[in-house]
Amino acid sequence: MKHQCDTDILSGVVKYETVIGLEVHSQLLTVSKMYCSCSADYASTPPNTHVCPVCMGLPGVLPTINRRAVEFTVMTALALNCSIPEHAKFDRKNYPYPDLMKGYQISQYDKPMSVNGYLVIDIEGRKKKVGITRVHLEEDVAKLLHRTTPEGESYSLVDINRAGMPLMEIVSEPDMNSPEEARLYLVKLRSILQYLGVSTGNMEEGSFRCDANISIRPEGSKEFLGKVEVKNMNSFRAVYRALEFEEKRQREVLDTGGRITQETRGWVDEKGITVSQRSKEYAHDYRYFPEPDLPPLAFSREMVEQVRAALPELPEAKYDRFVSGYSLTPYDAGLLTDSRPLANYFEECVGLAGKSGGEKDIAKKAKTISNWLLGDFTRLLNSSNTRIEASNIKPWHLVEMFDLVDRGTLSGPLAKTVFEEMFSSGKTASAVVAERGLVQISDSGELAIIVDKVIADNDKAIADYRAGKEASLTFLIGQVMKASRGKANPAVVRKIIVDKLGGN
Amino acid sequence: MQLTDEEVRHIALLARLGISDAEVEKFRNQLSSILENMDILQQVDTSGLEPTSQSVALENIYREDETGPSLPVTEVLSNAPAQEDNSLKVNAVLE
Repeated sequence: MKHQCDTDILSGVVKYETVIGLEVHSQLLTVSKMYCSCSADYASTPPNTHVCPVCMGLPGVLPTINRRAVEFTVMTALALNCSIPEHAKFDRKNYPYPDLMKGYQISQYDKPMSVNGYLVIDIEGRKKKVGITRVHLEEDVAKLLHRTTPEGESYSLVDINRAGMPLMEIVSEPDMNSPEEARLYLVKLRSILQYLGVSTGNMEEGSFRCDANISIRPEGSKEFLGKVEVKNMNSFRAVYRALEFEEKRQREVLDTGGRITQETRGWVDEKGITVSQRSKEYAHDYRYFPEPDLPPLAFSREMVEQVRAALPELPEAKYDRFVSGYSLTPYDAGLLTDSRPLANYFEECVGLAGKSGGEKDIAKKAKTISNWLLGDFTRLLNSSNTRIEASNIKPWHLVEMFDLVDRGTLSGPLAKTVFEEMFSSGKTASAVVAERGLVQISDSGELAIIVDKVIADNDKAIADYRAGKEASLTFLIGQVMKASRGKANPAVVRKIIVDKLGGN
Repeated sequence: MQLTDEEVRHIALLARLGISDAEVEKFRNQLSSILENMDILQQVDTSGLEPTSQSVALENIYREDETGPSLPVTEVLSNAPAQEDNSLKVNAVLE
């Protein structure tokens, strides 16, 4: 299904389709920079402390290629189903800008490290292939900090730490037809990079960036209308909103007889709009030429196959395994496998919980674990802005809590309270239960006393129940739970009430 | 091949060089004669030869992904005309 702009068929208004292509830049998780041995840990260090003559671009220095950066790029390309040519080379892309220390960026032009791949997205249950034009390797630029003096004069500060960071560029074909497809593509691409361990995929910190090309055209036409490049989007949500805005803006321009100017527009998040950026004159006059300081790369078929064989399990395969192996719903499996740390956490829990029990038991445990991870756990992680790897709650904590519930020591309703305390304190479930006296009451004698009191206080509910109103039973159980401050075992309570009221 | 004044001005702009009208003419002649030499090279019959972008017969020269020392920040900034907060200070750059 192609995404269509809303138009009334009867009004004779032109129907448009949206065409989107994305260009992603991702820093690679190497320890050193792309062409020199300065540390790649540029963000956690004072300005200009991870800098050498090579990344400063002083005259007479020689770059050398970081082997791991090349391996990471080949891994990514293979995971994106690209083909790796026999030969690749680096080129100089020339343009003057204060963040570009050498006056050129060492990039790849006509012989990139990979071409012709694809990635599969899942849109409303339907699989769609999005073409990958190429994946190549280049270097990041310095960071500019803009300041203003008290007199209102503005100036910029240059921090060279980021200059020369390995940067992988992943260019998609214009195969996406809606902002949602673009968002799904980014989520999928990021999870692949995370699974490969080549990138943090952190968009807010700028280690994973996205520019988008978007145009609209009358549905069914192959006509090429003005293409707009949108920049400055710092989150998945920003990409989605910017494309949604741009789609609408372009449609309005065309509907009112205007023309779409080919231009670069910047997303202004606070205002929720894109604004035209004064095009850098001669921006496309990059005068690419082969980088004379770097010998070309040759990829033997043996090397390519070795890298392919060593690829870790990718989200797609993990998803299939979660659905078939643990009987998870496709929806839950999708959410769990979008993030590698979450998927790993889930599997660790299942591994610990599944030491006993058969296949059916595993599916049941997996479902419980998945519910907790995607529900309360995710909610607490998000609200406290904690990464799952850094959480107080380790897989064994969680599994121990499930054990308490299974053995009847902890009631289901109280588990939530216990979990919240475990989350903030790092204590085990049994420690929390013991400290706060939350041990579940399953003793019939003890519960019968509470039940008697509830029965005595709720004449109407009892009458309703006897008149056949099932909901009254649930109400009565609830009253007992409340009176016991959540500690009563609901199953036992139910049995006592039914026995006492003599029915069902 | 003769370059036009416009082309010379364009090249100067790309290189961020300010040149006078007299220099436009001077460089137009010089650059044109360089291109004329290229025209001579173009006459060589290269059919049947693989295009190459390199003059050395090397490939796959890598550096292992290991860190080495960086410069002290005082060295990094020693040629900076102006500095502030450990950084080079430059004229305002607008996106």
